[in-house]
Amino acid sequence: MKKICLSVVGLFLSFVALFGQTEKDTSTYKPRKLTFEEANLVSSYYRQDGNNSAVTGGIGTENLTDYSNTVDLKFVKWGRKDIKHSFHLEVGMDHYTSASSDKINPYTISSPSHADTRIYPSLSWMAENNAKGTTVGAGLSFSNEFDYRSIGANVLFAQKTANRNGEFSARLQAYLDNLKLIYPIELRSGVIPTTREEERGDDYATASRNSFSGSFSYSQIINPSLQLALIADVVYQQGYLGLPFHRIYFTDGNVAIENLPDTRLKIPLGFRANYFVGDKLILRSFYRFYHDDWGLTAHTAQFETSMKLSPFFSLTPFYRYYKQNSVNYFAPYKVHSPSETYYTSNYDLSAFNSHFYGAGFRLTPATGVFHVQRISALELRYGHYNRTTGLNSDIVSLNLQFK
Amino acid sequence: MKKARCFPSALPAFLALVIFVLSSCTTVKEYQKNKLNDNEMALAARKVEKTEMSFQTYREGASGANGGKTGGGCGCN
Repeated sequence: MKKICLSVVGLFLSFVALFGQTEKDTSTYKPRKLTFEEANLVSSYYRQDGNNSAVTGGIGTENLTDYSNTVDLKFVKWGRKDIKHSFHLEVGMDHYTSASSDKINPYTISSPSHADTRIYPSLSWMAENNAKGTTVGAGLSFSNEFDYRSIGANVLFAQKTANRNGEFSARLQAYLDNLKLIYPIELRSGVIPTTREEERGDDYATASRNSFSGSFSYSQIINPSLQLALIADVVYQQGYLGLPFHRIYFTDGNVAIENLPDTRLKIPLGFRANYFVGDKLILRSFYRFYHDDWGLTAHTAQFETSMKLSPFFSLTPFYRYYKQNSVNYFAPYKVHSPSETYYTSNYDLSAFNSHFYGAGFRLTPATGVFHVQRISALELRYGHYNRTTGLNSDIVSLNLQFK
Repeated sequence: MKKARCFPSALPAFLALVIFVLSSCTTVKEYQKNKLNDNEMALAARKVEKTEMSFQTYREGASGANGGKTGGGCGCN
């Protein structure tokens, strides 16, 4: 793990050194050649614990840890007619350990728990025409882990209003996913693998999951201190929408895997408003209403303040409240009847409220972070999450920005 | 099981508030945008929130309308 982290940081710094040779005043200089503009390294450590794992039918440990590293690089080039072309390259890598995943096949327990690595690169391009106030763009993404592979594509169009105080944008996205059908050991037929190597070498049947979404937003400046945005998404998913290793224990004691409908229509509606109070305080707010055709309705409200204690240091406490009812197909351990068509004991789809709170700080010294001119910003943030189902988690994230 | 309501009763009041706020906006010139151009005024999640949004997508039934993933691309719902 340490090696992976060091490799990511090393690769990232090499890119920054390679493309960031010269400093330029970007407010007036318009490079015709592809020029490095900004890079970000985001690293996180996440841990959770609870006692309602879906792998063991709604009971059992949910202990999980995840180390995540993402590197993104932004390059800019000015084309003909004063069109600004931006290119984003992003590579992410997560390494997680999950105690409940060990319970898929207990014969291959690899102390302390099962682990996997997910790698997800993406590439996008945007062209901004300042004269017309339009932006067009497109992107590709890929994600791969042992039992899940995804290919994504998106296109984007945005148009500013005549007075440049408002902007409408539309983004269409498609994800074509493929997952290996790794069933709980007692529901498999044939030779049972007894080591992790045998487990990974098995030929598994696969299933597909396709997601198509349209994301529409309108942002508006209200006055020199207040701006807001309205966001509406429409998401349609089809294919295998459950996970093959989520067990169900019926009232009669029999075991099966969760069975969910093969389509899902989701409609999230969001609202953001940011307000600069005086000269030293920013209030950031977000609200989301969500509904889908599995019967799940949810509300999310998040508030954050950014207190500028000096021109180069801000403190950012935050609080997020979330509430959802359960999907129509959820019931706890040994409550589902074998006569039901759809069933799951995944507590992520049960009724609960959650609270997420914490604080962060952001450093943007004029001489660079730690007096390294090229590191333009550092942000560190901690959050604690608890759910009324008993699940709780902690997350620490670090963002280093390079220019 | 309690039947889910498609839209909460507060939604019309919320939409009325949004329309009122939008109708009260004034044209802000470029030179008046120094506060709006502050990094922390961006109408998007912070970069440092990336993993937080990811775990919330896994641990909660709702997703989308926040600039993050709306479904697909991972083994989450």
